[in-house]
Amino acid sequence: MPRNLRTRAAIVLVVLIISLWYLYPPKHSINLGLDLQGGIHLVLGVETDKHVASQTDRAAEDFKAALERRGIAARRVARDGLASFVVELASPQSWNDALTVAGEFQTFDRSNEDQAAGRFTMTMQSRVVTRLRDDAVRQGVETIRNRVDQFGVAEPTITRQGTDRILIQLPGVQDPERAKALIGKTALLEFKLVDDRADAEAAVQGRVPDGDELLYQRRVDKQTKAERKIPYVVNKRTLLTGAELTRAEVNADPNSPGNWQVGIEFTANGARIFGEITEQNVGRHLAIVLDGVLQSAPRINERIPGGRAVITGQFTVDDARDLAIVLRAGALPAPVTVLEERTVGPSLGADSIRQGMIAIAASAAAVVVFMLIYYRLSGLIADVALILNLIILLACMAAFGATLTLPGIAGIALTIGMAVDTNILIFERIREEMRVGKTPRAAIDAGFSRALRTIIDTHLTVMVTAAILYNFGTGPVKGFAVSLFVGLAASLFTAYFFTRLLFDVVYMGRRRVETISI
Amino acid sequence: MIEIFRNPNYNFIGNRRWAYLLSGLITLVGLVSLFTQGLRYDIDFTGGTLVQVRFEKIPTVAAIRHALSRIGMGESIIQEFGSTNEFIIRAPLTSTSSEELTKKVEKALGDEPELGKSEIRRVEFVGPQVGKELQWQAIYAVLFGLVGILLYIALRFDLKGGVAAVVAVFHDVIVCLGALSLAHREFSLPVLAALLTIIGYSVNDTIVAYDRLRENRGKTSARGRPFALQMNDAVNQTLSRTILTALTVFFSTAILLFFGGKTLEDFAFVLFVGVITGTYSTTYVAAALVVDWTLYVEGRVGTRKKAVAKGGEARKIT
Repeated sequence: MPRNLRTRAAIVLVVLIISLWYLYPPKHSINLGLDLQGGIHLVLGVETDKHVASQTDRAAEDFKAALERRGIAARRVARDGLASFVVELASPQSWNDALTVAGEFQTFDRSNEDQAAGRFTMTMQSRVVTRLRDDAVRQGVETIRNRVDQFGVAEPTITRQGTDRILIQLPGVQDPERAKALIGKTALLEFKLVDDRADAEAAVQGRVPDGDELLYQRRVDKQTKAERKIPYVVNKRTLLTGAELTRAEVNADPNSPGNWQVGIEFTANGARIFGEITEQNVGRHLAIVLDGVLQSAPRINERIPGGRAVITGQFTVDDARDLAIVLRAGALPAPVTVLEERTVGPSLGADSIRQGMIAIAASAAAVVVFMLIYYRLSGLIADVALILNLIILLACMAAFGATLTLPGIAGIALTIGMAVDTNILIFERIREEMRVGKTPRAAIDAGFSRALRTIIDTHLTVMVTAAILYNFGTGPVKGFAVSLFVGLAASLFTAYFFTRLLFDVVYMGRRRVETISI
Repeated sequence: MIEIFRNPNYNFIGNRRWAYLLSGLITLVGLVSLFTQGLRYDIDFTGGTLVQVRFEKIPTVAAIRHALSRIGMGESIIQEFGSTNEFIIRAPLTSTSSEELTKKVEKALGDEPELGKSEIRRVEFVGPQVGKELQWQAIYAVLFGLVGILLYIALRFDLKGGVAAVVAVFHDVIVCLGALSLAHREFSLPVLAALLTIIGYSVNDTIVAYDRLRENRGKTSARGRPFALQMNDAVNQTLSRTILTALTVFFSTAILLFFGGKTLEDFAFVLFVGVITGTYSTTYVAAALVVDWTLYVEGRVGTRKKAVAKGGEARKIT
């Protein structure tokens, strides 16, 4: 322990200031769990198998088409199992030609070759399967996030959990049914024309021309993560929807190396409509709108036949991948099932927090009063230390962005218990040292140094337990473990620096100390 | 200066045989209850749907059941929750989604004229997969927690102390679970958190006693003093701290139990029971086991002369 009083006082002061800084303003510093403030907690399972299967189906269709283009007759091209399809040629004579076609499908491996029967199996490479599964969950998260943003929830959490799950937390939602319905709704992709004559700034003020609407494009700054909203005025009429889109893919931009682009492809009907739109509106901008959010508005340079288009821009591979994801997010790539749902009405959340908080405050107050009566001035020191302990604990939780839940409060309760125990250990030890005839100063010295060894052991054991709980537990258990671990660290800190500091200030400064108020 | 004990010298360790009997009995009662009545798991662990409804008027369970029976949910568990006009309806896992189920329940309750207006305050649905996972995670969390404690104490003190501490904690867990089963309370996630809290508390208490023992053994005055007496000294020297801390925590949890509301009740109940058993087990399970283990080892490997001397003294206090 630093002997110098000023050094210790400075350390405590710095910790206190940092803690208060994190805690200000109190309303926004600590997230309350859904059990305390009401809201929805959903865990969705993404059936990634279905995505892999549908991609395999699509590849099988492509394979069939490729064979037809080369004039190779096939008896059967069909999916067999999750990620593979069987090709049966009408005649073994076209074997070599068929292998050339197979060579074009680089993400598939050929196996079970039977040249005499003209049959082989194409199996998707496992890394591709893994990527597809990953895409399915990523797209699901993206789609749901867009939908939730549109709904207007204050601080939603939509994250991936494990390999194939999506965790959605919508705190403080007043109408849980509506929010759930929205999450379950199909996303809508629309193509609309930008009204180039309209003034976007005027529209933002509320002057939107007839037949037009105001849409925003969201841009997230890569460095600052700040989100910008760029207004666009577009025609209300929807020219084409995502129902006509068959794919969106990322490829390298052949005209500018290092840049990426997104290729989209329409169905036959979509391609016809798209051709007409582009023919009639050369020079205008076509807005690609998803869930009411404008994704991009490329300029139409010429009529686009064939139902293929590319969206170019200063895209990095991630930009392009994200854009392709939102384009594909027209519908969830794979069905989702609800694995877990907890909906707490706002009134219940308020009830439980009020009653729980009152009880916790009452028990904390009882502890404070008891310490004051039993240990007098030393009890006051312990109480001040306890408050500092709580401030540090809450500040750490705010800094980590941890969520305070009911089990988290349990962790805090145990922390308070152990912090009080720390002081009781020290004080009882000081009394004991005085009983054997030590002077007050010697008793304080001996009491602290002996009690601290015990305190370090008790705290470390429980911290080991907390660390284990954090690693093996899920949500609520994790919340408990975090607040316990942080609380014990804070308790060690206050016992080591703060309580001793106060004792030194009170008793060591004076020339003679006759008694200790303990 | 207020003091509850002044230089206490009770013979705790000497009476440990009676304590073993008591611990054995309580553990047995707990285990019997656990095996016959079992634990009532909350849907956190079993999976299923829970709907909490608040009625404007005070309803009868029969009326609620009648309303639910019309949508084929007459077998649901219906419980009063917190106040007389607030109820919890629990349905086992079905093929219907939680959303549909909630709507159906809402409609059924609304259609029953006798019930009056109602408000759905909480819906929880836990799928079978998640329930299973939570169950295993709870078991892993407790088991690995115990292993961590064992390793830490074995390293910092000795293996005997580690094993005895873990036995004591295990004893506390069984007693708490037994009490939960006897009181017909539910094992839910907050209860699990409370159980983990008790593990922390119990170990904390045990280490305080061990630490004192270790400190005393380093002193010259301890040389030649029988191990059982040394342990008894350590327990007595830390007694005032033990009682003060236990009482503080005990009263805090009592306030939570009686005034914390229904959501905190089961949680506080486990803490309430756990503080008592955790304090008890430090002396009468952990410390007592270390003493008996040490006496057993000394009796076997000690030289004949030593064994006679120590055994004689140990017998005096046992």
